[in-house]
Amino acid sequence: MRLYNGGLIITGIVVFLALATFPFYYNIGKANAKPDIKLEPAIKMSEERYGKKQCVEPKEWIRREHMVLLNHWRDAVVRDENRGYLSTDTGTRFNMSLQNECMQCHSSKKNFCDQCHNYMAVKPFCWDCHIAPTEKEEARS
Amino acid sequence: MKVLVSFFAVLVLALVAYAGVEAANLQYLFGVIIPYAAFVTFLAGVVFRILKWGSSPVPFRIPTTCGQQKTLPWIKSSKLENPSGLLGVIARMALEVLFFRSLFRNLRTQLSDGPRLAYGEAKWLWLAGLAFHWSFLIILLRHLRFFMEKVPLPITMIEALDSFLQLGAPLLYMTDVVLLLAVTYLFIRRVGIPQLRYISLINDYFPLFLILGIAVTGVLMRYFFKVDVVGAKMLAMSLISLKPALPEVQIGALFYTHLFLLSVLFAYFPFSKLTHMAGVFLSPTRNMANNSRAKRHVNPWNYPVHVHTYQEYEDDFREKMKGAGLPVEKE
Repeated sequence: MRLYNGGLIITGIVVFLALATFPFYYNIGKANAKPDIKLEPAIKMSEERYGKKQCVEPKEWIRREHMVLLNHWRDAVVRDENRGYLSTDTGTRFNMSLQNECMQCHSSKKNFCDQCHNYMAVKPFCWDCHIAPTEKEEARS
Repeated sequence: MKVLVSFFAVLVLALVAYAGVEAANLQYLFGVIIPYAAFVTFLAGVVFRILKWGSSPVPFRIPTTCGQQKTLPWIKSSKLENPSGLLGVIARMALEVLFFRSLFRNLRTQLSDGPRLAYGEAKWLWLAGLAFHWSFLIILLRHLRFFMEKVPLPITMIEALDSFLQLGAPLLYMTDVVLLLAVTYLFIRRVGIPQLRYISLINDYFPLFLILGIAVTGVLMRYFFKVDVVGAKMLAMSLISLKPALPEVQIGALFYTHLFLLSVLFAYFPFSKLTHMAGVFLSPTRNMANNSRAKRHVNPWNYPVHVHTYQEYEDDFREKMKGAGLPVEKE
């Protein structure tokens, strides 16, 4: 096979391969840090208050739909002044509040929320309005 | 008929992946083996196509031109419409690739009573095509957040701009809406215009439905039937670091359907019209400078012709020529 304008053709192929395989070599030598969720220190809250470790809805559902729930809560509270949330799972009443309900148990934004959000490069706009909790910097060795 | 065949082909592919994961637990097949195979096919196929094009000689300068060629210095030449050098070709190609300049000139021809032939502007195809391609590019770049450990700023910026409207949660991406609308328009246009439907083939409809299927599964699992995104990224990262491992969490069959349709698109890419992604750069009517009056271009398949000159002829037959009384140049 004879190439015409071989230099340009080969350059084009190299550029194509470099672009197409970019994520492969971009990640070489980078630590594969998975989200590391720490429920401590305040997860015990739930046990004290409700008798068992439970979220407002089942864990699997919360994991997938929490943003929908929070968005709905935001609208209900801010627009309708409605703060009561009845869990469809357990029938327990909850206070619709990010900081006074969710974060009572999931007390650390850094060790809970940010773990997955940073991993997925998601920037929820909760903290555009809420004041982000100040957290003690962990001593770094 | 062709529409239905393509539609059901995509539907069956989607169902195969969905059922394969849901019923037969073939996560490893649809999550690791097929994506790898498809990606390798994509790379090798595109390289093969480029080499094949590169081995076809283009003996003549055949750029399509629509402007004054470069000539005497006091005649103004059109550098973009009739490029005379590399720079002009690059600029023209860039405009073609990024903004579909030649499609912008698309005309509609109409024969009315009289008979009167009329030409009119027809920019909808250009607009929908541009919207579709740019959305697709942005969506592709946005997906890099699944393939990078520390997602670099440009990617997060694209994502932030795309979800700028802050509608709902998870935030609505504008490109999702634009892509779906554009692909739908392109499909309706194809079946709605009789002449176009007549020349359309299965391999025109199939990629349309395939892309629509990828977009729909993507939209479904982002906004409606959510999958475990952290699990999806863990799988993506394991694939990209060549240490394939299924995450412990169940990602959801919809994700594997999305991934399988995408794999089909990648594997199908080099062997279909989609390979215009590479082909546009090799279009002789666009990538050549119109310099045939300034430079000599020798046909590359000219082979050396054996020439028997008169001097050699005379050497062969000198004595006979003399004998016959013919004049010779050399005694």
